[in-house]
Amino acid sequence: MPQPGAALLVVAVLLPVSAAAACFLAPRLARGIAVAVALGLASVVVLLAVELVAHGPLEYRVGGWGAPLGIDLRADGLTLFMLLAAALTGLPITVYGLAYFPASAAAGGFWPLWMLLWGALNALFLSGDAFNLYVTLELMGLSAVVLVALAGSVDALGGAMRYLLMTLTASLIYLLGVGLLYHQTGVLDLNLLGAALQGGAADALQGGAAALGPAWVALGLMCAALLVKSALFPLHFWLPPAHSSAPVPVSAALSGLVVKATVYLLLRLWLDVMPPGKEDLGTALGVLGAAAIVWGSVQALRQSELKLLVAYSTVAQLGYLFLPFAVEAAHAGVAWRGAAYFVLCHALAKTAMFMTVGNLQKLGGSARLGELRHVARQFPVSLAAFGIAGITIIGLPPSGGFLAKWLLLQASIGAGQWWLAVVVLAGGLLSAAYVFRVVGLAFVEDGSESAPARRSSAAEWITLAVALGTLALGFTAPPMLRVLEVGSPFGEPFGGALLWEPGGAP
Amino acid sequence: MSWNAALPLLVLLSSLAPGVLIFAIPESFRRWRTLLNLAGAVLKVALVGVMALGVADGQEFELRFPLLPGMDLALVADPLAMLLVVLSSVLWLVTTVYAVGYLERSPHRRRFFGFFSICVTATVGVAMAGNLLTFLLFYELLTLSTYPLVVHRGTDVARRAGRVYLIYTLTGGTVLFGGIVWLYVLAGTVEFAPRGFVSGLPASEHGSLALIFLILVAGVGVKAALVPLHGWLPRAMVAPAPVSALLHAVAVVKAGVFGIVRIVQNVYGVEFSLDLGLTPPLAVVAAVTIVYGSLRALHQDDLKRRLAFSTVSQVSYIVLGTAVVGPLATVGGLVHLVHQGLMKITLFLCAGNLAETLDIHRISEMNGVARRMPWTMAAFSVAALGMIGLPPLVGFISKWYLGLGGVEAGESWVLAVLVVSGMLNGAYFLPILYAAWFREPPPRWPHDQGSPGRLETSWWLLAPPLTTAFLTLFLGLLASAPFSPLRWVQFVGGLVYEP
Repeated sequence: MPQPGAALLVVAVLLPVSAAAACFLAPRLARGIAVAVALGLASVVVLLAVELVAHGPLEYRVGGWGAPLGIDLRADGLTLFMLLAAALTGLPITVYGLAYFPASAAAGGFWPLWMLLWGALNALFLSGDAFNLYVTLELMGLSAVVLVALAGSVDALGGAMRYLLMTLTASLIYLLGVGLLYHQTGVLDLNLLGAALQGGAADALQGGAAALGPAWVALGLMCAALLVKSALFPLHFWLPPAHSSAPVPVSAALSGLVVKATVYLLLRLWLDVMPPGKEDLGTALGVLGAAAIVWGSVQALRQSELKLLVAYSTVAQLGYLFLPFAVEAAHAGVAWRGAAYFVLCHALAKTAMFMTVGNLQKLGGSARLGELRHVARQFPVSLAAFGIAGITIIGLPPSGGFLAKWLLLQASIGAGQWWLAVVVLAGGLLSAAYVFRVVGLAFVEDGSESAPARRSSAAEWITLAVALGTLALGFTAPPMLRVLEVGSPFGEPFGGALLWEPGGAP
Repeated sequence: MSWNAALPLLVLLSSLAPGVLIFAIPESFRRWRTLLNLAGAVLKVALVGVMALGVADGQEFELRFPLLPGMDLALVADPLAMLLVVLSSVLWLVTTVYAVGYLERSPHRRRFFGFFSICVTATVGVAMAGNLLTFLLFYELLTLSTYPLVVHRGTDVARRAGRVYLIYTLTGGTVLFGGIVWLYVLAGTVEFAPRGFVSGLPASEHGSLALIFLILVAGVGVKAALVPLHGWLPRAMVAPAPVSALLHAVAVVKAGVFGIVRIVQNVYGVEFSLDLGLTPPLAVVAAVTIVYGSLRALHQDDLKRRLAFSTVSQVSYIVLGTAVVGPLATVGGLVHLVHQGLMKITLFLCAGNLAETLDIHRISEMNGVARRMPWTMAAFSVAALGMIGLPPLVGFISKWYLGLGGVEAGESWVLAVLVVSGMLNGAYFLPILYAAWFREPPPRWPHDQGSPGRLETSWWLLAPPLTTAFLTLFLGLLASAPFSPLRWVQFVGGLVYEP
């Protein structure tokens, strides 16, 4: 007997996937279909949020077959956050795509692939089964590769080829890990896997750590594959060329959503499957995250091409998502809530930034920083959008990124892990350096003749609206974090040393 | 929402809404922009007036909005907040009038006035912040909204100054952020309380508390231009005159100093700060800043740079008054918050008049300038004499209470600092006055822009400094009348000490 409302989970996957087929079959209608689906998915997420708050976590057994055999779709607060991130960025990306891609049939390749990518993302967020997750990973990776190649340039094809090799290899490694795990435990459902391994940990105490050895090999393979796909430093080599050569709406989706989907998967494995004894792995991930923040920011500072700057910024910002792995268990929950909020804020901010790049490329003819010096002031709306999105990226108030960093800091300081606190704060300053390198261009008066005032285009206003969304996220955290608590994805509720009541006297 | 909750929001919106609207209307709609600006500024003064009367009457104005579980955006109009709120809204009105005249012919006025309004909103937000989180929010908003004004001219010099400004202030903000979160982890709250909220923590945490105090003060000390964190201020003088006047003499440095006052009084509590041994070093830093700023001011030929170093020095009087523990010193420090604002804005507006009308930027070019611009120089002279501390001008009132406070607290060295600084003030202001009034003017002014009518310059440029110069005299004469800044500050000072 399915729960009421659980059908929404199926809709969230089937709607975009069937839309992909429809867009493919009827290219003339593709633009209309995509917008309708984007609006539909946004409403599904809202309904789902209401449903989750009212009834707790949802589960849908496709065809009535339950675990361990059937396909289970599940949603808790964390799932909803990821679906929300997809909808919040997917809707503006779709609308921006209308302006970006001409209505001709030649540019029609974007729409079915984009719908397919969105469907794959939603399926990944909703799946709770290691093998189904493999399928969604492949689907996501392949549609992303073709989307990158859509740009058609030599750079894009090169970037796409690198991306393809990376994603296929990583998927195979992941599959190998899944196979090994299945061989040992006989199950694929994440919860059952977790029960088997974490129960096994108790036995291992008697039988010696050797009993869990093979499981760790399998999990290690899966982690490695996901780390490559998440472009965690130093495995980020494929990201800048792919993200910077793709068409702009694709870059936004890749940086905003696709790389985070694999971090999400890693987090699920971490929370639900991995047996105790993972602290060293966590520290290692945190250290790599910190390195990513520093390295990515420094690289972003060195770029002369705006799109590469934004792509390296993604490498840096992804680092923040890995810091909570290193936080001591008692405080990790707070850090994860910060990271979850960070995902939303970064997705929106990065979308706005890539859209700015697109506007400058299309309207100004170039997105090289040296040439932008002379034209940037003709695009006040785009540059303002970049600056506002930059507020979240730097982590300044009032923005969602600030609140996320507050939680990360609170967790690191609470745990007495000062190096993490320093990384969070220093990362903000480093990102300020590259954000203002761009924003400062808007103020250059180099004596060259001022171009005639031009009207800002629709695409620019969309960009600004997305950027303003990141500011709005600075004021919506309490209700959203309440939704995140549904199903307690991070264990104990946001409490303990923390306070729930507004006003907050201890 | 009740009126008492809505009023703080309305006070913020009265400058935020015009700011946003100004971005939306085209550059060429000059009259509409001026109307919006003035309407917002007048409305703000009116709303703030109503709020001040209410606060004096014992009413509480408070608005809360949750930002994170257990933490609110809190706007609270307590008596201390009103000090800076009233100051910045009155001076915003004055400066808006001035800026309309000053930027008459320059490009990008929309951008200028938009960010200018947001700056004032941020300053008022800093004043009304009811906890450290809210304080940080508006403090950073102030950084972000002043940057475009510093680089407004778009020249390489301006952009370099902007970069330096950002490096200083963003680093300060980041340090402050870290300190605030650490304090939150330790104390479980960051809500301001009349006599602080950390004194109840166990003695084992006192070491951490002292370190956090250092971090917080360093964070806000950047904007307060405490030596050695003052490097951005003289460079930022590249901004247009109204920006230097309102923001660098009043809003930005005041936000920093106000932060120090809040930290000492409402986070740690004055007496607990003294118990921890935190205020004496702060007083020493303030004294060093006072003397160092004055010494540097002596050697500047550029008028705005001399005024900037004078700001570095004068603003630390407020820090000194806060760090010397005793009711009279507190009064002297806080009242200087208002008094320094009035005097310094007069000086900067007059410097702007000289630059705009005669293209004079250097003190060596000022010989006999008072004959060409007597009203401007009269206003300048009143403010400069006030800075030196001549009775009955407001500067004297501040120094009198600071001196008394030093003696009362048994810190007589404060008197020595005041005397030395007063002499230095004289040494860098009196030569300017002498040159302007008594030296022979050049046969003709090389870059005289002329002026409409019989006035020495446009009425828009002349009325604002005359108004603030008048207040410098008037509030000094009537220092103990009801509703004078002094009276108000005595009321505020009474709240921070154990009865």
